Amino acid sequence: MSETLPVTLGNVTPVTPTDLNAVPFALRGLTVSYGDQPVVLDVDMTALAGRMTAIIGPNGAGKSTLLKAALGIVPRLSGQVTIFGQPFERQRGRVAYVPQRAAVDWDFPSDVLDVVLMGLTRELGLLRRIRSAHRDRALACLDRVGMRDFARRQIGQLSGGQQQRVFLARALAQQAEVYLLDEPFAGVDMATERAIIGVLHALRDEGRTIVCVHHDLSTVARYFDDVFLVNRERIAEGTVAQAFTPEALHRAYGGRLDTATLALGAA
Amino acid sequence: MIWQALMLQLGYNASLVALGAAALGLAAGAVGAFLFLHKRALVSDAVSHATLPGLVGVFLILTLLGGDGRDVLALMAGSALSAWLGLRWVRWLTTRTRLPEDAAIGAALSVLFGFGIVLMTVVQALPAGRQAGLESYLLGSTAGMLFSEAVIIAFGGLAVLAGVFLFRRPLTLTAFDPVFAATQGVSQRKSDAMLMGLVLAITVVGLKIVGLILIVALLVIPPTTARFWTDSVSRLVVLSGGLGAVAAYVGAALSASAPNLPTGPIIVLVGVALFTLSLVAAPRRGALARAIRHRRAARGL
Repeated sequence: MSETLPVTLGNVTPVTPTDLNAVPFALRGLTVSYGDQPVVLDVDMTALAGRMTAIIGPNGAGKSTLLKAALGIVPRLSGQVTIFGQPFERQRGRVAYVPQRAAVDWDFPSDVLDVVLMGLTRELGLLRRIRSAHRDRALACLDRVGMRDFARRQIGQLSGGQQQRVFLARALAQQAEVYLLDEPFAGVDMATERAIIGVLHALRDEGRTIVCVHHDLSTVARYFDDVFLVNRERIAEGTVAQAFTPEALHRAYGGRLDTATLALGAA
Repeated sequence: MIWQALMLQLGYNASLVALGAAALGLAAGAVGAFLFLHKRALVSDAVSHATLPGLVGVFLILTLLGGDGRDVLALMAGSALSAWLGLRWVRWLTTRTRLPEDAAIGAALSVLFGFGIVLMTVVQALPAGRQAGLESYLLGSTAGMLFSEAVIIAFGGLAVLAGVFLFRRPLTLTAFDPVFAATQGVSQRKSDAMLMGLVLAITVVGLKIVGLILIVALLVIPPTTARFWTDSVSRLVVLSGGLGAVAAYVGAALSASAPNLPTGPIIVLVGVALFTLSLVAAPRRGALARAIRHRRAARGL
């Protein structure tokens, strides 16, 4: 186990600023607290280009909060978030975020294409008109997630899996380099899961950076390259082989190790 | 007489008032659509009632200084200031205490409106002749409206409409998905400032014609009516504005056709008539269409 030490807690690899400029997504000393209770404590994380990273940990470990704080949706108490070495606030255009599906009201008066076009918000600004080139791009993104035929469908009529794919298409329309997804596979059908993983792997192979909050331990080894194990603090970080170990899982999940080992056995 | 009013044949002034009202209704309907999408319709009630202390306060100050208390721009500025303070108060209550927004709105609305009414009794103690002109701001009036006032209302409405056009994308985005919007640089705070700014502006502009008690109807009824007819945000905003314009135009013209008809209530009644018609007869979302679908489904089984 000693060879995994450089990536485990207490051994922060020293990173100089010049290094950070090449890192698509980095957290340094991130701390978030609700009230006086820290939910995320002094977390360092580094996600690399052309890699797919799973953020895993038990319920309430601060996985979603970590992403939301990185994106400035939840206020950070301290710490830095850098995208290619620059603060996130100056790099919004290079980051796409896919929120949890349940976070929005699907009875909103919009069709699928309208939602995908929301991915062009920054590009269009306040005054620019939506042109056919924009629509074509949105349709191409829908095509990638297998939803092109649904472009004119009301969003209220979609299944859960279809909603998730529309969100992914909106993120694709942003043409970002870093993709942050909050439980993209939660409560979706198998067809959707396969469609999403296909798209994410294609993005990874194009050299983009993918970070997913993920809860299904049985699919970690199959879907992801890297693992970030968190339970309020960073527990382990590295390749699946380095960080997704029984010992690290035991430290992250504590008494719930049984499920963890079961999952490892299944994988 | 009614027909003449609608056809703008009651003279130059009445026609101008009707057109000013239409511009106001157009802008109010468009703003109201976004208020409706954000599920914040009730806030407009707090804004409108919170205008009263500022309105009466400015009237008192101007009158006591020996000026004309009915100066429409000064009254608008006073209303805007006190409505803004009311909004700040609602915001403070919801962020610093455990009070939910509806309770905070109820508290701010009643306290500020009550305070305004107290100030009104002071106005009534003024010598006769100097106290006239203020009561029309409660229920709205087109009677004796000045040319300059109608022009201010029309241009104010068009300015608000321009604001709606400018902010349409961020306001749509935050209404549907505030979390995603924040990652795009449109924070809840920014979108709140845009939406509340528009509501405040249209309330102040509409005070004279619709009155502060009923301006909320012009913000709420058109979008709920429009929702029966469309499933798209852009069409909802356009349709809601159109319905607001029709209601305000017809209402203002009708109230000008007879003496002592309050403008606000007539506008609201026209709006409600359009709403009821849509509720019953709209295709797909209307009550009739639903009943027919239901029967067909039952027969199919």
